[in-house]
Amino acid sequence: MTPLLQVENIAKFYGPRIGCTDVSFDLFPGEVMGIVGESGSGKSTLLNCLAGHLPPDRGAVEFDTRTDGLRDTVTMSEPERRMLGRTDWAFVHQHARDGLRMNVSAGGNVGERLMAVGARHYGDIRSTATDWLGRVEIDADRIDDRPTAFSGGMQQRLQIARNLVTGPRLVFMDEPTGGLDVSVQARLLDLLRGLVREMGLSAIIVTHDLAVVRLLADRLMVMKSGHVVENGLTDQVLDDPQHAYTQLLVSSVLQV
Amino acid sequence: MTDYNFAYLDEQTKRMIRRAILKGLAVPGYQVPFASREMPMPYGWGTGGVQVSAAVLTPDDTFKVIDQGADDTTNAVSIRRFFEKTAGVAVTEKTAEASVIQTRHRIPETDLTEDQILVYQVPIPEPLRFLEPSEVETRKMHALEEYGLMHVKLYEDISQHGAIATAYAYPVKVEGRYVMDPSPIPKFDNPKLNMAGIQLFGAGREQRIYAVPPYTQVVSLDFEDHPFEASKADHACDLCGSTTSYLDELIVDDEGKRMFMCSDTDFCAARREDAA
Repeated sequence: MTPLLQVENIAKFYGPRIGCTDVSFDLFPGEVMGIVGESGSGKSTLLNCLAGHLPPDRGAVEFDTRTDGLRDTVTMSEPERRMLGRTDWAFVHQHARDGLRMNVSAGGNVGERLMAVGARHYGDIRSTATDWLGRVEIDADRIDDRPTAFSGGMQQRLQIARNLVTGPRLVFMDEPTGGLDVSVQARLLDLLRGLVREMGLSAIIVTHDLAVVRLLADRLMVMKSGHVVENGLTDQVLDDPQHAYTQLLVSSVLQV
Repeated sequence: MTDYNFAYLDEQTKRMIRRAILKGLAVPGYQVPFASREMPMPYGWGTGGVQVSAAVLTPDDTFKVIDQGADDTTNAVSIRRFFEKTAGVAVTEKTAEASVIQTRHRIPETDLTEDQILVYQVPIPEPLRFLEPSEVETRKMHALEEYGLMHVKLYEDISQHGAIATAYAYPVKVEGRYVMDPSPIPKFDNPKLNMAGIQLFGAGREQRIYAVPPYTQVVSLDFEDHPFEASKADHACDLCGSTTSYLDELIVDDEGKRMFMCSDTDFCAARREDAA
């Protein structure tokens, strides 16, 4: 089986400081991979390098494109990479405001990706948008409201709908539940888990919340100071941590 | 005439502007940056259009200026007088007799010919500006032909008003490539952008020049189920009786009585002369 994403020796430096270095892994179709670590461990740098938002200093990110098979997204041309960014890839930001157009209605936000890939039939765009709002549990009568009128949880769900509407195969998520209260988090996680399973999505989730990866991720990568210190099956890593840092991380989760 | 160089601007500046114009004509719809000069009139009064006109005028030209279709409004009169003084060119109010026409917010009703130049005054040349505030990003979108966002604006129109409510500055695609803001002309004028004359657009404050060469395909953006419609007031001109020209609505007394009249004053006057 060909991996959907093949990452080889990715490294990113900020001057003399290490962003992340020597990261390699394969992601297979339908697999969800979690990246955990403390603040400043290079999780977001890594995710941005993978998603093409930051040019890595070394290494290759090969993606299994629909037409040409495995292609290195680091060296491919910018139009191709941006095309991937709005078709086969999706990026869910931590802050919904970064991923949404706040002065455009919910329907317009969801429809933007459709229009970006050439949809030119208003009725079709609108019915797809309505359908997707339903799938992320936003009432259809909110379709013409702007995201500024939405709560934080709704904004995050709208961002997810906007990203998944073109049927991407790989979703990058940067702390998708950060900044939400626990009950809203639980609902969002439940929704995400459902969508990931139902659509057979592959995903890379960056988070510092171990509960999130326990629930969503098949595999786990633990980062510290820009290096991957441990990786393996989620349950294995969380239940039997080998590296000292992972042991510290797992033991510092508060028990209620 | 000895006080100023011909048409106010110095020759070097005019050459710089002509280079921008030529580049604009070579890449229809592409916004060419140029070093806009300060002109002796405020921004918003047509400083871009005036610079373009100054660069294309020759002593043999006949110059016409319209503002919202009219030759006798403040903006039109002052720009016309400006070039009468600084260039000494002949001026006219008749569309057919002019070789260079500077316009604000209208295209003349009379079809232009191959030996005429139409110069537009443009306030905001970037059609994507109100959706994407970053110039870096909009330039990239133009370069990579990513124009989905323009349709988001039209989508918002339909979802809020039930129809595409954009009535002026209606976005167009030029020669199947660049999306362009045709300056704030009413969308009634959009079909006329396919014309025999040369169209030059100057934005002074924003420092951009763009152009549409003669016989270039200009298509107004729309949705399959909400096609573009060149709309005007459903009325005939109360002065000349024309049913095909673009109309201004005028309130004539305190009781709310109103009349409709052609916004193109030259077109209206010519029709009334013919009838008399």
